[in-house]
Amino acid sequence: MQDLQTRLAQHTDLGEWTQQRADLAFVTVAREHLHGLLRHLRDHEGFTHLVLLTAVDWLEDGQFQLTYLMNNRAAARDIGVRVLIPREGADMDSIHDLWPTAATYQRELREMFGIDFPGSPRVDEEFILEGWRDMPPYRRDFDTLKYAQEEFAERPGRVSKDPETHMKQKLYPDGA
Amino acid sequence: MVQDLSDRSQYPARNRDGTLDVDLTSGKYLKLWQGPNHPGITGNMSVELTVCGDEVVEGKTHVGYLHRGFEKLMERRTFIQCFPIVCRICVPEPDFNEYCYAAAVEELAGVEIPEQAKWIRTLILEMGRFNSLMMYLGGQSGSLGLGVIGQWTTYVRDLMLDRFEELTGARIYHMFILPGGVRDTLPEGFDARMEETLREAERTMKDVWNVMFQNAVFRKRTIGVGYINPALFDDYGVTGPTARGGGVAKDVRRDQPYLAYPDLEFEVNVARDSDIYSRADVRRRDALQSIDLIRQILAKMPRTGPVMAKMPNMLHWKIPRGETYIRGECSRGEYGFYVVTDGSGYPRRVNVRGPSYTHAMALLERLIVNCNIADVAALLVSLHTYPPEIER
Amino acid sequence: MKDELKPRIVKGPDGIEFEVDPLRDYYCEASPSVHPPVYVKIVEDFFNWARSESLWILGFGTGCGAIEMRPLMTPRFDAYRFGVQWRPTPRQANLLMISGYLSTKTLKRAIRSYEQMQSPKYVVGLGSCTINGGMYWDSYNTIKKLDEYLPVDLYIVGCMPRPEALLQGFEDLKQIIRAGKAEGANQYAEKFEWYKANQKKVIHDWDMPDYNW
Repeated sequence: MQDLQTRLAQHTDLGEWTQQRADLAFVTVAREHLHGLLRHLRDHEGFTHLVLLTAVDWLEDGQFQLTYLMNNRAAARDIGVRVLIPREGADMDSIHDLWPTAATYQRELREMFGIDFPGSPRVDEEFILEGWRDMPPYRRDFDTLKYAQEEFAERPGRVSKDPETHMKQKLYPDGA
Repeated sequence: MVQDLSDRSQYPARNRDGTLDVDLTSGKYLKLWQGPNHPGITGNMSVELTVCGDEVVEGKTHVGYLHRGFEKLMERRTFIQCFPIVCRICVPEPDFNEYCYAAAVEELAGVEIPEQAKWIRTLILEMGRFNSLMMYLGGQSGSLGLGVIGQWTTYVRDLMLDRFEELTGARIYHMFILPGGVRDTLPEGFDARMEETLREAERTMKDVWNVMFQNAVFRKRTIGVGYINPALFDDYGVTGPTARGGGVAKDVRRDQPYLAYPDLEFEVNVARDSDIYSRADVRRRDALQSIDLIRQILAKMPRTGPVMAKMPNMLHWKIPRGETYIRGECSRGEYGFYVVTDGSGYPRRVNVRGPSYTHAMALLERLIVNCNIADVAALLVSLHTYPPEIER
Repeated sequence: MKDELKPRIVKGPDGIEFEVDPLRDYYCEASPSVHPPVYVKIVEDFFNWARSESLWILGFGTGCGAIEMRPLMTPRFDAYRFGVQWRPTPRQANLLMISGYLSTKTLKRAIRSYEQMQSPKYVVGLGSCTINGGMYWDSYNTIKKLDEYLPVDLYIVGCMPRPEALLQGFEDLKQIIRAGKAEGANQYAEKFEWYKANQKKVIHDWDMPDYNW
């Protein structure tokens, strides 16, 4: 996919390029270049199929990574475009004008990560959760275990074990 | 004969913000919920229909009834602890989750799986595809009132579940494909019993062809109904048999072969008309193809050698920072796992890309406009959606 | 509360305006009541026998367990021969199978479905996740103990339970009903406040009346 990298670099400032497999590469771009790059990839490079759009929460860096994965079926290759946006007041430009189906992904990201996509259809409607009051659940700082313990009644007697200590005790009962 | 009905009218009028101008109190329109507790729905989801007479003017898909937060739960489980839960993501075809997860983790950790494990994985995936297609055929005919087909296909599916049971020890959730390979080799005498099952399946498929696909009512109600314009396929992320029903030979097994598929011979099944009948016919031929592929796999697969790669201690298994995407062709379309690791013993992020996600949400909402109420169930089933993989 | 549930003035198709208060007009306000066995024992026993022989299941697949219901409807396992059959509407059913984990969103629908069913009615929890959370013990969206929210008569363990286990479960439920111990509906009426408090604790946007029937 070297040729693709060279061609794209002529149009856009590309960030880090990661060649994961022969047919799969990830590239980082700045958010203002994203829309143009996606359009270019779709219209001129044959990446017509939006495979997925999702986010990764890099809590330590205070950033969300948005991944736009696209597939070129004729050339049998994929490219993932990464965009890093600040976690605070996260918002991103909607791409539903390029792929109508992106609106669904953006609704999910709005709900599960709290990333806003102004202008995306029905982006503020409830999607999966109903009556959710806590912070968006896919954020790293949301503690699902603590939430579940506080929220839902538990049946007494259920034990969960840490696998590491459990196996240690099982394999070396006398602590050797 | 087939025309694009999806964008036929602008009736009722649209408000300036793009929503439909529907005044429920006028008595002209009615809100109708199909699901979650409704026989005409594929599992636990619902479609909120606005109808005018018996014509749907707007449909909104509501999901989330099966949300368990897998993507969150996996972030707090080690790589091996994730393995038993991934199969629960999609109930009728669980093996694909196991394969995609295992393959993604192997790629990030740099593990190469043994040859025999590859073939056994392919075998399991094809068996799972056959089962899922059997459920589909039963559902599709049931949605049009042909209850008896469902009885037959469930019976064949049950026979295949028996084969699953002797191979993996479980009927539904097999937990057989784990990072590094598979749990075991084929049991003794498996081939002969499988052959018997396949013969029975072929016999049933013949009946299905005669009773379902040649049925006048079925043909009348499916040919030309639920047309998807192939020009929309890329816009809406349509993959798998739904795309192949419209003449686009999208098949990950052929486009980007994985596991043992490069060594297997098969044709990509394609139909022309992009209506419910074409999609059903593609899936029927897919099921026959699965039978053929299972035979090929059993004939060609190596029977010796290990089935597990040498793996590090699972309790302390850390995977270096990286990200990857693994895809496969499940019975409904492209299924994929996007896995991000950060060098710790836990995945940083796992995202599941199921075909139902795009099919049942954006695409369905577009197709359902101007559809007849009675055809909604058939249309929904023809997209072959499984709600648990939409919301995970 | 949703807009469509708020009291408002509506203009009908014939041009006449009238007031609508959906929660009062569309639902009955009366709460459920306890039905004690009023007959002599032998009549009550006969009734219980009849009830036990016609378990009509509400066809509401709330979770993954629903996939093992389909084989039960086909000749290999054939639950119909035990008087078990599936109905599409809660009005015709007397057995609610909670087939697996319940997300809070489904719990709301399950409560509605349960309350719409006619007494005597029974609830069976299917799978480990209804008992103690099972695989989803740390999930933020699934309940972990079903009998806090609905009166459960019987649990069937497994992840997921096999069709044979379900058949055995039906047999056990029949024994319980015949012994006159399947008092879930009465228990629900008796401890109605407690159940409602539990339900409202997890269902945050409660936009329905307290008792739907």
